Amino acid sequence: MIFKLAYKNIIGAGFRTWLNIFILSLSYFVIIALQGFYVGWQDDASREMKNWDFAGGQYWQETYDPYDPYTLEDSHAAIPEDLQKLIVEGEAISILFSPATIYPERRMRNIVLKGIDPDQNLVELPTKYLADPDNEINCIIGSGFVDNLNIKEGDYIVLRWRDKNGTYDARDIKVAHVFSTTVLTVESNQIWISLPTLQEMLGLPNEATIITIKDETYNKEFSGWQHKDLDFLLIDLTNMIKAKTIGSSIMYILMLFLAMLAIFDTQVLSIFRRRKEMGTMMAMGMTRPKIIQLFTLEGVLHAVLAILMGAVYGIPLLNHFQKVGMQIGMDAKEWGLSGLNDALYPVYGWKLVVGTIILVLITVTVVSFLPTRKIAKLKPTDALRGKMTK
Amino acid sequence: MKKELIKIEKMTKNYPIGGGKFTALRDIDLEFKKGEFTGIVGPSGSGKTTLLNIIGSLDTQSEGDVNVMGNSIRKLSSKKAAKLRSQHIGFIFQTYNLLPVYTVFENVEFPLILLGMSSEKRKKAVLEALEWVGLSDKAKSRPAQLSGGECQRVAIARAIVKKPDLVLADEPTANLDAENSHHILKTMKKLNEDLGTTFIFSTHDAKVIQYLRRKISLLDGKVDKDEIVNGG
Repeated sequence: MIFKLAYKNIIGAGFRTWLNIFILSLSYFVIIALQGFYVGWQDDASREMKNWDFAGGQYWQETYDPYDPYTLEDSHAAIPEDLQKLIVEGEAISILFSPATIYPERRMRNIVLKGIDPDQNLVELPTKYLADPDNEINCIIGSGFVDNLNIKEGDYIVLRWRDKNGTYDARDIKVAHVFSTTVLTVESNQIWISLPTLQEMLGLPNEATIITIKDETYNKEFSGWQHKDLDFLLIDLTNMIKAKTIGSSIMYILMLFLAMLAIFDTQVLSIFRRRKEMGTMMAMGMTRPKIIQLFTLEGVLHAVLAILMGAVYGIPLLNHFQKVGMQIGMDAKEWGLSGLNDALYPVYGWKLVVGTIILVLITVTVVSFLPTRKIAKLKPTDALRGKMTK
Repeated sequence: MKKELIKIEKMTKNYPIGGGKFTALRDIDLEFKKGEFTGIVGPSGSGKTTLLNIIGSLDTQSEGDVNVMGNSIRKLSSKKAAKLRSQHIGFIFQTYNLLPVYTVFENVEFPLILLGMSSEKRKKAVLEALEWVGLSDKAKSRPAQLSGGECQRVAIARAIVKKPDLVLADEPTANLDAENSHHILKTMKKLNEDLGTTFIFSTHDAKVIQYLRRKISLLDGKVDKDEIVNGG
């Protein structure tokens, strides 16, 4: 009964009802769209980082610390036998790191020199270009770093490094290929060469700094090596997206606030304008709690109808964004955002949609109920005279 | 002998004003029997509406006792008072008080929805009530599309649709012209005779007097005269 009455009342209110419903539906849409973009970004970026760098996880030589360049020189060890087996089976790759210096255009740049198996196909790095012809060392460099160095494919640069005995050596290396990636952890300040070449240059045969494995579930323990799972490796990305999500929540809190303001205003106005109606209902035998229920339900019905309206224009629009993505209109690398492509493809899970609907419904219910508390102390005689009981 | 419906004994109603009080009704002693067609007359401010409100359990007296159909008004909880109104009392207001977004049919149906009546029974009762007041053809109209007289007839249909024991009408003809006033009063009188419903209404409209069977005159909150008229 109450539902039918509430529905008739809000539909009978005409334009104001539809305006409120539209604003509320926008809240649903904006929250789902924004959150969808962040979820999409996280999915995209995680996938890219796995494809280019982390695969199914890594083993780090125990002294390796990506944030400490001073220990890099000593961060290498012999590859454990079991991991070596995985490498042979193509289930893992070993990578050796070494600090080095290059001199592009007679300027000195400190870099990290990384050695990787040219025949690997576990990560997307185009390592096939690293096969060294006679008397030459080929390298591959990311396009962003190449631009920064002002060099191009085919150029030779002077590389200086220090071997395991502390002896400096230098050679010209050839930029065999420039690759393009969105993953900054395989690009910035680093040059990739063939692993056997680097092991020979450093005098560290069969040694590596990290071992990247294919199987996410593989986590055997090895002395001198630490297993790093994907949760750990992607933590920076996860934290960054979490921070961005919190930032974006300001936007949807604003949207929600706007919609709530409209509902609250409508409820207050409605209770003020419809005092006589309430008095009449009381005279006909409707109890105060039922009237409170009726007015609260009227507010909540706005949110329910907004779901339907939001679905009418929201589903096609969200589908469109999902198909074509959203051009982000800037070079993500300049912002230091790893894994971000030119276009963002949102992902809308049922949790996001249901969660948003529940959030808006709860908020609308609270906002709709608050003004109706005045009805609880309304005297029928005052209401019939169009007065509010103080 | 007709059954006693309402008994009022030594009833006084005070309203607080500033630090003091204003006495709207004082020492009222009245009895109403089933099937009465009674008018409470008196100038503005004489306490007519207050008396109707207390009888209708919309308000409570300050002193004395008011018993409506076996219920002591002062002792009724808000919920029980609502139940009494819902089951036994119909109201007609000077300004009709129709619910604007509902059709005529829905307005008349409303008290039956509160009673929890089935949809089929409701439809039958509403159509019957609209026929009594001669508005069967306006069932789908909204209040804004009706004249004042028609609105008041809808209000009457709404008051009597549940066949209550008592209908309280507060100045039902005050906003109507002479022709509509007579029409409304004839309708109410006919319903009183056909259904045996007790009608008590407040008025200061001279046209109404000729229809009354009992006239209670209030003056400054006191019963000035209580007389049987028109051969009542």
